[in-house]
Order: sequence, then structure tokens, then C-alpha cells
Amino acid sequence: MNLTLKIWRQKGPQDKGKMVDYKVTDISEHMSFLEMMDVLNEQLTNKGEEPVAFDHDCREGICGMCSMYINGEAHGPDRGVTTCQLHMRMFKDGDTITIEPFRAKAFPVIKDLVVDRSSFDRIQQAGGFISVNTSGNTQDANAIPIDKHAADEAMDAATCIGCGACVASCKNSSAMLFVGAKVSQYALLPQGRVEATDRVKNMVAQMDLEGFGNCTNTGACEVECPKGISLENIARMNREFFAASIKG
Amino acid sequence: MSVLDSKVPKGPLKDKWTTYKDKINLVNPANKRNIDVIVVGTGLAGGSAAATLAELGYRVKAFCYQDSPRRAHSIAAQGGINAAKNYQGDGDSTYRLFYDTIKGGDYRSREANVYRLAEVSTNIIDQCVAQGVPFARDYGGLLDNRSFGGVLVSRTFYAKGQTGQQLLLGAYSAMNRQIARGKIEMFNRHEMLDVVKVNGKARGIIARNLVTGEIERHSAHAVVIASGGYGNVYFLSTNAMGSNATAAWKIHKKGAFFANPCYTQIHPTCIPRSGDYQSKLTLMSESLRNDGRIWVPKRMEDVLAIREGKLKPTQLSEDQRDYYLERRYPAFGNLVPRDVASRAAKERCDAGFGVNATGEAVYLDFKSAIERYGLEQAKIQGIQDASKEKITELGEAVVEAKYGNLFQMYEKIVDENPYKTPMMIYPATHYTMGGVWVDYNLMTTVEGLYCIGEANFSDHGANRLGASALMQGLADGYFVLPYTIGDYLSHEIRTGKIPTDTPEFDEAEKEVTERINFFVNNKGSHSVDYFHKRLGKVMWDKCGMSRNTKGLKEAMAEIKEIREEFYKEVNVPGSANEMNPELEKAGRVADFLELGELFAKDALMREESCGGHFREESVEIDGEQKGEAKRNDKDYAFVAAWEYKGEPADAVLHKEQLEFKDIELKQRSYK
Repeated sequence: MNLTLKIWRQKGPQDKGKMVDYKVTDISEHMSFLEMMDVLNEQLTNKGEEPVAFDHDCREGICGMCSMYINGEAHGPDRGVTTCQLHMRMFKDGDTITIEPFRAKAFPVIKDLVVDRSSFDRIQQAGGFISVNTSGNTQDANAIPIDKHAADEAMDAATCIGCGACVASCKNSSAMLFVGAKVSQYALLPQGRVEATDRVKNMVAQMDLEGFGNCTNTGACEVECPKGISLENIARMNREFFAASIKG
Repeated sequence: MSVLDSKVPKGPLKDKWTTYKDKINLVNPANKRNIDVIVVGTGLAGGSAAATLAELGYRVKAFCYQDSPRRAHSIAAQGGINAAKNYQGDGDSTYRLFYDTIKGGDYRSREANVYRLAEVSTNIIDQCVAQGVPFARDYGGLLDNRSFGGVLVSRTFYAKGQTGQQLLLGAYSAMNRQIARGKIEMFNRHEMLDVVKVNGKARGIIARNLVTGEIERHSAHAVVIASGGYGNVYFLSTNAMGSNATAAWKIHKKGAFFANPCYTQIHPTCIPRSGDYQSKLTLMSESLRNDGRIWVPKRMEDVLAIREGKLKPTQLSEDQRDYYLERRYPAFGNLVPRDVASRAAKERCDAGFGVNATGEAVYLDFKSAIERYGLEQAKIQGIQDASKEKITELGEAVVEAKYGNLFQMYEKIVDENPYKTPMMIYPATHYTMGGVWVDYNLMTTVEGLYCIGEANFSDHGANRLGASALMQGLADGYFVLPYTIGDYLSHEIRTGKIPTDTPEFDEAEKEVTERINFFVNNKGSHSVDYFHKRLGKVMWDKCGMSRNTKGLKEAMAEIKEIREEFYKEVNVPGSANEMNPELEKAGRVADFLELGELFAKDALMREESCGGHFREESVEIDGEQKGEAKRNDKDYAFVAAWEYKGEPADAVLHKEQLEFKDIELKQRSYK
């Protein structure tokens, strides 16, 4: 198939960006979206132009490095996938595809489609851990039985890949789904309960400091999340936060 | 006497590690605060090492090329992590895990290292559970296990099909705690481009800030390389796009010996290649072989009809199918080790039985498992005379709970429903057992320079068993290196801060800068990928699942040729002082173009078949094992450690003889 691409080009963080049109031809429907971008970049390189910078790494939907806002949706039109697993069979010959970076105040553009998501790291550093040292003397892994349903729910929350699609999809640029998932994972496990109060307070405080917006329950994040992280995690975080606030 | 000293402690195998730990020198907490350690790479090995060293009190500087340490490629590991917990009571023990690993590695790994690995494996599970890693559990609330290829017990712990992700996020959380405390200084989007040696000791690195292009100097009392494997030398592999050998190769060029580069794991269950545009291959976890049966049609006319779309695999009756693993290896069946399964798939496809258009695919079929689970569920739920459809529905639900994310991934990529029609799979490069040579302390042949995880050569011999990579990465980082490095650093307490304004740093930075300037000014006629793909094709065709003298000699010459052309004709757009992904790739591919040649040289030298290294000249001629790989313990029971001497072809071989005192060397049999 032949396609027209409208891509956001921006030289550096301080530069002004703009949309630029490109044409690609003979794209196979079995290609992934990023392989289509490879074709474009090879084309640009051979013409002596600068290729489009975009983040990507594992190309199997798990590292969370790829981003891209495609035709107005984070990770494009398919559901339950990241951009690297989006396939060209989702598009038609002759289509025009608009490709922008994830946009949020807390995700500044570095170059073209690459954004800085280190705000996510800092939220995790504020409390996204259990304070246990590596000693070789921790208690046996089976010492505390954990209800299978709780363990499974914790696992579902923990599958978040930290890509930022939730933020990019939210009209308020809220990071509540991301933070809610991490808070939930630990809140559901006995090992995580010990520090639950401080954790939720510290992570929420950092989230606010980074300039993420608030949640107004539109649910766009859940729809666009490539890992199907549920809105229940936001509700759980709110409960945890409320309980922590009362405790003081 | 070889120049290699493995420094394996004396005494009985079972006591070596304990005795060693009791006798090493320690550093007191006040001194640890003044000692710097650099860790390059933040996967399971690097992440866990950085966190643990920081917990101990050292000042850690950690580097990764990704935008966050959480994205290292350990995250993509699916199936699980082994540990000799024996929670299933099925006869597992430290010794059995040790034995399986040595045997699985085809008796080409160092006994003492492997025993230590098996010993600390149980601590890893305890540690991860304490960190909040949500492993799968049964209804009683205890940890669940599954079984993996090459073993007869269930010792694999897992978190759905995302075990690597959960373990890495565990290590990442431990790192975050230390970053918040200021004990780890984290450098995201940075790439190490050289190591700096002062008076023979590793004292720092030169790194490039991948956002600004700035070249930085970082000093430390010890440097730890945890940069993963070199599978991308094949261009197509299950590695991440950015996975590279640059850190490992740079230290090799600065004196660290590189061991057994030809030991590469070609994983049997990956999604087959679909076209020339393909940028990478996707693994389907080995755990699928617990329930999936591998087959190709028995008759050639059926193969051809399937390829032409005239026949569906589901239309073939049981007796028209060749379950070739079950046929050839009745004892282990579909759960033979990876190298054996991969070669068997290649054998069938080479014979013309491949089931897709490229002729390089076999079926992985869940029909029997779905039926079996369906019947079981019908019984549990008390459904009398369940219809065939109901049984299938119940069975599919069980399979979905076990492998749902993998099935979804397959469907997204291939556009076929694997519940209804068998999956197509084919082997792909997945893991490299070879790597930087290290002693028992995980130190390379350069003093103060350590190498851990997949980047080193140490524990998997010539073939790695499933679910053992995660085990080794975390064992090295959490439980081995933090001890062994302390012994070295105890001699560094009087050294003081290492300055970076010295001739050694000047020289290293100059070399790095010159190379970068060369690339951006070369203005050749071909992209980096053009050369990478050519290298990959030579590697796959001549250094792939089966190798011979003629092919390997050709490979060496061809790789050299591609390398020379690369330096003449490579085109790197953009400049050095900005984010420039093509420039990053150019440096990595330049290193692969050297490593590839050493790889072929190593494979040529090793005139035996062992593990992932299969030499066509070395097979069993007759008897029950006819056609199977033939090892040669008399001449090749050694680690091949190569010393850099300029051109890869000039590398000098050093042998570390492998001694097996607690295990009898046997030809592997999975029949």
C-alpha cells in the first residue's frame, strides 16, 4: 500500500516543531508500524536527510519505550497493543496517517517523536518500592500465603509498562492510571501493606509536583492502555489516599 | 600453565561458596561511602547489582541507553525463573539443579560457578517475594511452579508470561529506593563507549549522553559491565533493537578476554519470519512446550497443499502428522532442551516439510491440551456428558489463563487465532552463552573490571536451559558480585577519589571522539542497516544452527570484507552533538562486525558439536544416537578465551581446562 505520513518534526527541546508530509510506497500489510517507519527512515537516510527520531526498543510490546500519537490515539487505532505491535493491516492503501509525540506538560519533547518521561521514574522513586534490603536472609517465599485472587489482581496492576499512553490520552494529562497501578500492586500484597500509608502520600505528592493533571473519570486512559490496566486501580488509589490522609 | 586463573576456591564443591564468603575481606561502612562503583546496564544483573551495592553503602553510578532502567531487555523474558525450592516435592535439590544445568550446558561450564548458582537460587525467590513480585500462586496461597525443557522436575516460578518484566520491575524498585536516597546516581540515555584503565586497573568509563551528544568522563574504583548478550550480531534476533555488544567488545579490546563466542542459543519457539522488511523476531515462551505438541505433516503432498492454502492443518488426522520430537526423543518429547528442539525443526524444514511459504515453520499445536483441560474442567464443574464444543470452550479458558498474553501477541502479529489453528514457529537467535571471560569472582582479565549476567560466559556452558537466564542475572547481581567485589574493594580504601583529568582519560576520550567524528563525516552511500543486514545473513547462513569448516572460513573472509566496506561506505546522517540514533547504531554495528569474525574463528577452532554449537563434521555415525551431536571431551573440554591482538582474526587463544570432579561426563541423551 502507499501512504502519506504527516509527522511532527522538532530538532531539539528548545526548537519550534512542525508537521511535515512524507510519502511511503509498497508497504506490506504484515509490517509493524515501526517497520513502516524504518522504511521511511531508510528512504530519508539514502536521500541524505535526517531520519525521524522515535523511541523504540523491544518491539514486542513489553518494554514500554515506544510511544507515538497516531491519528489522534496513543499507540494508534488498534486496542491492547503498543505502537511496535500495531500492524499495517489496520490501515488502507491511500491513507493519510498523522503521527505526533505523546503530548503532556510533564513529557517534554526531546526530538521529533521522542519525549522525556523521566517524571514517571521520579514518581516511582518517591515510593514505588518495598523497603527491603538484599540479604539472603529474608523469610521463606512461602512463609506468608497470599490469596490467589489478591495475587492475580496485584499481577494485573503490575503489568503496567510505564509507556505513558494514559497521560497522552487524558485531556487533563493525568497520570492517575499509572500511579494507581503501582499503588495497587503493593496495596494488594501483604509485603506492601507495611508502608502503604507513606507510599501513596509520597507518590501522589510527586505526581502533583511533576505537573500531571487530575482525574475527571473520562476513562480514556483505560481504553488506550496497551496492557488493559483497569480504572479500578485509580479508585483503589483514591481509597488508599483517603485512608492515609485520615491517619495523618 | 595458562595465564587464566579461575580462582575457584579449594575444598569440596558443596562448601566452596560458604567457605569463600567466610574468608573474604570486608570493607567497613565508613569506607564504603568513599568508594565509587560504575555499573553499565540495568537489566536483571546490572539493576540488582546496582541496588545491592548501594544498599551496602557504596556510591553507585548506573548507566543505561534506554530512557529508564525499567526498559532493559530482561523485561521481555516470558517463561520463568528456576530455583531449587522443591516446593512441589518432586525430588528437586541444589545438586539436581546444578546437575541439570551442567548437563543442559553440555558439560562446557565451570562446575564451581554453576553449583554456587544453584545454591543461591532459592534466596532469589525469597528476595523477590519480599520485594512484592507477584508470582503465580495456587488456591492455597502458595507459589505455583511449571516445568521447562531439559529437566524432569517443576522448579520454574513464573508471573503469567511476563516473569522477566516482574523481576526487572522488582530490581528497578530496589534501584529507585537507592536513587531516592542518593546512593545511586542514575544516567539514563547514556551509552558507555570505552573503559579507562589506569596502571592496569579499570578506573572509569567514557560515556556519550544520547540526548545532547556530549562525551562524559566518569571515574570509579571498579567497573561492572552488565550489558547483556550479542545476539543482534545476527541482525534478526529476539533481542531488543538497541541490544548491543559495545560495552563488552570495548573492554575486550582493552584486555578482557572474550570466551566461547560461538556458543549461541537459537530458540526453537519463535514466530517465523514473514518478509525482508522484518526488523526483529518475537519469541513465544518455551513454557508453551508444556502443553503444545510440535509437528509437521508426514506426507510431502500435504505440506505442499498447506503451503498453497488448499489444506488446513486442522484437517490432517493424527496418523498424518509427524510429532517428530515425540518420535525421536520419547523420554523428553516436546520438552527436550532448546538446542535439540531447534535442530530437529531445522532438520524437518531442510527436508522440505516446513509449513509456510518460506518453508521455515513447524506447527505448535494445543488441540490435545485444550481437550485434556476441557475434560478435566468438565469433571471439576460436574458437567455430565459435556458436548465437544463445551469441552473445547472449557479447555480454551484454561489455556488462556496460562498463556493468554502469548496467544494474544501471536494473533496480533500473525493475524491467525492460535486457539483454532496451530501456531507456526521457527527457531531464532535468542541468547548468547558466550561472553566476557570471568573468574570465580566474576572479574575479567582486567583488574577491577567485572562482568555479570548474559554479558559474561560463566554458567550456561554451550547451551542454556529455559528459565535459567533470569536466575543467573539475579544471582550475579543480588548475591554473588556484592560479595566478590568487596574483597577487591577492601584494597581500595586508601586510594581516594579517582581524578578524570589524567592522560588516561584524555586518551580514551580522544579515541571515542575521533571515531564519532569519523562516522558523521564519512558520508558514504549506504545506511548502517544495510551493512548490519548483510552481516546478519552471513552469520545466520554460516554460523547458525549448523556449521562446517568451509562455511566458517567463508564467513570469516566475508565478514572482514563487509567490515572494510562499512568503513568506506557507511552513511550516518545528522551531527555528533545531538540525539542521533543512526550514529548510535553505527558504533554498535562496527563492533558487531568485529565480534562476528571472532565468533566464526571460535566456531572453526571448536571441531566438536556441543550444545548450541553444532559442527556437521562431528555427529554420531551409528547406534541409537545416530545423527545426534557428538562432543569431544578429550580435546575440547576447555573454555576458549580469546585475547585481542588487533584484527579479530589475530586473536590469541587461551584455554581454561574444565575439570569435573562431582559429575560424570556423559553424552547427553534425551531419548
